[in-house]
Amino acid sequence: MTFTSTTRIPVSGITKHIGALGKAREFGILVALALVVVVATAKNPAFVFSPDGWRDLLLTPSILVLVAVGQAFVIITRNVDLSVGSVMGLSAYLTGRLFIDLPSLPIPVVVLLSVLFGAVLGLINGALVAFAKVPAMVITLGTLYAYRGINVMWAGSTRVNASDMPKDFLAIGTGQILTIPILAIVAFIVLAAAAWYMRNTRGGREYFAIGSDPAAAGLYGLKVTRRVLTAFVLSGALAGLAGVFYAARYGSVSSQAGAGWELDAVGAAVIGGVAITGGVGTVWGAAIGAMLLMTINRALPILGIPDFWQRAVVGVLIIGAIVLDRWLAVRQRRQLIESRDQS
Amino acid sequence: MTTATADTASLNRVARDFEKPLWRRILITRESAIIALLIIVVAYSVLTVRGFGQPITLNYLLLDVAAILLIALPMALIMITGEIDLSVGSMVGLSSIVTGAGVQAGLPFEVAAILALLAGVVGGAFNGFLVTVVGLPSLAVTIGTLALFRGLAVGILGSTAVTDFPEMWTALAKAKIAGTTIPYIMVPFLILLVVLIVVLNFTAFGRGIYAIGLSKDAARFSGVHVERTKFLLFVLAGLVSAFAGIFYTLRFGSARGDNATGLELQVIAAVVLGGVSVFGGRGQLHGVVAAVLLIGVLSSALRLANVTSDVINVITGALLVVSVVSASVLAWLQKTRRRPGRLPHLAASTAP
Repeated sequence: MTFTSTTRIPVSGITKHIGALGKAREFGILVALALVVVVATAKNPAFVFSPDGWRDLLLTPSILVLVAVGQAFVIITRNVDLSVGSVMGLSAYLTGRLFIDLPSLPIPVVVLLSVLFGAVLGLINGALVAFAKVPAMVITLGTLYAYRGINVMWAGSTRVNASDMPKDFLAIGTGQILTIPILAIVAFIVLAAAAWYMRNTRGGREYFAIGSDPAAAGLYGLKVTRRVLTAFVLSGALAGLAGVFYAARYGSVSSQAGAGWELDAVGAAVIGGVAITGGVGTVWGAAIGAMLLMTINRALPILGIPDFWQRAVVGVLIIGAIVLDRWLAVRQRRQLIESRDQS
Repeated sequence: MTTATADTASLNRVARDFEKPLWRRILITRESAIIALLIIVVAYSVLTVRGFGQPITLNYLLLDVAAILLIALPMALIMITGEIDLSVGSMVGLSSIVTGAGVQAGLPFEVAAILALLAGVVGGAFNGFLVTVVGLPSLAVTIGTLALFRGLAVGILGSTAVTDFPEMWTALAKAKIAGTTIPYIMVPFLILLVVLIVVLNFTAFGRGIYAIGLSKDAARFSGVHVERTKFLLFVLAGLVSAFAGIFYTLRFGSARGDNATGLELQVIAAVVLGGVSVFGGRGQLHGVVAAVLLIGVLSSALRLANVTSDVINVITGALLVVSVVSASVLAWLQKTRRRPGRLPHLAASTAP
């Protein structure tokens, strides 16, 4: 009997509803992304159907996807990391500097060092947050300035140029496998791994528990401090990897690389359904939010809207997403109460 | 990290504070520490940094920090209620653009300025509506309006700038009060400061602001209009930001869409440094003003000493981190030194 070989857990109507709603959250934003791509392509087929258009469609969001995934980890634990833009810029500059100062280092070692460096910066954030019991917003606001300042002190007005970096490294930034950019593939693998970890492992689920109610999670015996620390380290490491991507993609890194990205990253996560109050959201959502932000940026001029209006559209999107999120939450709660009253 | 621990912490702090004599309560506060630090930094700068002691330095310093000083006041009140407004920098930009676009369209400057103030009220009301009526978290709402207001500002004028403002007004923005080197912008600032200090400390509305930050539910049961109070504070933040935007425009004689980008973070950094808790319920305006001045004096003195602005950024960031971390290190030290059970009735009532 092949049909009954898997045990089916009985699913009640309520669970189905919640499951559908949970999907709907990311689904809605995915539809919005598809709509933008379809409309822009209808207006100008080169948006997707040209080698450059296709490449940019996948490549442009890759960097922000990484940062947004890291941000999602942190926000789900009911914290926030405002320093990601500075961490990314500093890691990007380190990548360039390593190539200039230690030309004998193999490329993978440089990449690894930059990611580790990002992780260390994240560890500093996490340690300050977890041990000093100070809101993450304040700490990371401080390190936002401090890390950026260190970057400017280190780089001054100089910049790393494409000619300073090995050709093989830059090739990673522009290279494609079966027309799909290498960076996009790496970003997707990282995203899939993060999503799997968040969804299926005990550790991943604990982030949600901590974000829903930190005090209860602590009383229950979860290692809140360690998880919060890990979330910040992950966020820093992903921002570090994003820095490597940045250097490879643009080939030119100034001390201002990644300035202002913190709000894009938080915005991407929020658009993607990660609740700023913690405990709710997926890294897929954050990644789709990041793709939507970056794709809109490219689509606006094609749709005949001057890209000056880009930030306004982004603002409307963020507000729309959180209003929708709130509406869904209220509806879900009402349905749960109704079903409780009926039973 | 949670409201529960914040409540317990603040209750413990209140208990700790009231067993001390009055002079210790006044002297050993975060506000006093910041004021003391400000005095030390000023004295040190006057003595060691060449040119800092000149009266003209004060003029530039106050002009530089005027926008931050103004916006920090409503921001402090919002943060005492436990909310935040990240959109203030964008509102400065939007108000600047509304003024500029108005003048470009042929309106008299005064009318354009009033339109800009109206934009501030509408923008603040929009924030307030989303936070209090729809019930959304203010951090998320104002990240959205940060992008929205900036987008409108940049969208209206594109990359062009309006620079022809009436000479009378641009001169007034930089003018000094006769016989001093204090700019005129300090007059509206001082009026706002005094009004808000009185409101905060001597009216039911002001006490309500602290009550909301300590416990929203308890405040509501005590008859505080939680939603109305928050809504009004967001409107005030929008209005003051718009006013600061007009000043900013006149001072630099230029209305550009990217005016005051990132100002929100400077304001929040100063407010936090000044002793306002991000959890809400705690903070004083004199501490905030001292903190804004401290950052201003530091950057002005360091710049005169030929330190680059990046080093100043590192110092600002480190100052912020050290000041908040040192507070919790001190609290931890006090806790370990103090034998448990010193205040049995409170210890029992706040135990989880």
